[in-house]
Amino acid sequence: MPSVAAVARTSSVVVEIGGLPIRLHCDNAAFVRQIHERYIGYVRDSVDASFDFDIELAPPGTESGDEDLHVTWDAGRWLMDRGDFRAEWNPSTARGRIQQTINPYSLDSVLRIVHTLLLARKGGFLVHASSAIRNGRAFLFSGVSGAGKTTMARLAPPDASLLTDEISYVTRQEGRYMAVGTPFFGELARVGENLQAPIEALYLLAKGPENKIEPIEGAAAVRGLLENVLFFARDPEFVKLVFDSAFEFVAQVPVRRLTFVPDSSVWELIV
Amino acid sequence: MTTVQYVSRSKAIAARALGDETMVMSATNSTLFTLDEVASAIWKAADGMTPLNEIVANKVCTQYEISPEAALKDAEALVKRLAEHGILLLSDQPFAGMSDARKESA
Repeated sequence: MPSVAAVARTSSVVVEIGGLPIRLHCDNAAFVRQIHERYIGYVRDSVDASFDFDIELAPPGTESGDEDLHVTWDAGRWLMDRGDFRAEWNPSTARGRIQQTINPYSLDSVLRIVHTLLLARKGGFLVHASSAIRNGRAFLFSGVSGAGKTTMARLAPPDASLLTDEISYVTRQEGRYMAVGTPFFGELARVGENLQAPIEALYLLAKGPENKIEPIEGAAAVRGLLENVLFFARDPEFVKLVFDSAFEFVAQVPVRRLTFVPDSSVWELIV
Repeated sequence: MTTVQYVSRSKAIAARALGDETMVMSATNSTLFTLDEVASAIWKAADGMTPLNEIVANKVCTQYEISPEAALKDAEALVKRLAEHGILLLSDQPFAGMSDARKESA
């Protein structure tokens, strides 16, 4: 891994998440350094990358107040637009462009979108869930904001490797679903470990007076998953791919309701 | 309602049957619907060429103990609701280019 000083002298950095290296070019050395620090553990010194993005920094204060995200497919390119960034990406040429101010959140959003689009074609998806590996198996804890994703991550025992407290990265590899570490974090503000493991179970979180696990099957399981999957693109083909992936996932991976008291005793059930 | 209605499944959706239910997701806003057994029967028969009253008569009234009038009223409310979310299309005319679809679902 290159040193921060070395990175600062170059104009690009390769960020590899889920085995997919993306090179980010920017003329602003301070921002390249910021990327290096933000994605620590996911930065590669390899010159090879699957995709290249040029980042153009706009002066601070030029953001619009529009917080709605728009992701559309137009003339062979994905267009991504929100108040704080504008990006386009051509999968055929493997090149893209991002216009944003100097903050790490805009780039984080673009990377999440790009990964959801790439994962969709491979049977994977991003889901609002914390995840951790224990005893060689990955566990996902999913729910809306306030359901307990970060709480579960914070309560994880020392023998658990935290993959993320916010956005879990699910891939399908050789017919098996794997959870992969990501730098996408939530309240915990901690980059996940760059590890992967087969998914043992998906838990839909609910806080309650006691710890208990109940199976969820059929439509309720699919619904529980789809309600938490990240859908950025309003594109019929993309939505169908992710929709089908959710069914395949539920057919293979047990989905359970985890009602829990927010203390470390809940992890006694996660083995 | 006395007007004959035709119903057609939107192409901007993703759908899958799961047991007796059907899950439908709008591709335009990711809204998810779970259709029960009766709604699934209507959904499956919504080929754009078969009038709704015929669908209700053949797919609902033959399977469930319900009067044709009550079944049609329920079905009209259902298709209206689904149409409001863009996952079903309504017309007082058969949908053009749907004759093959009817053949397939017959």
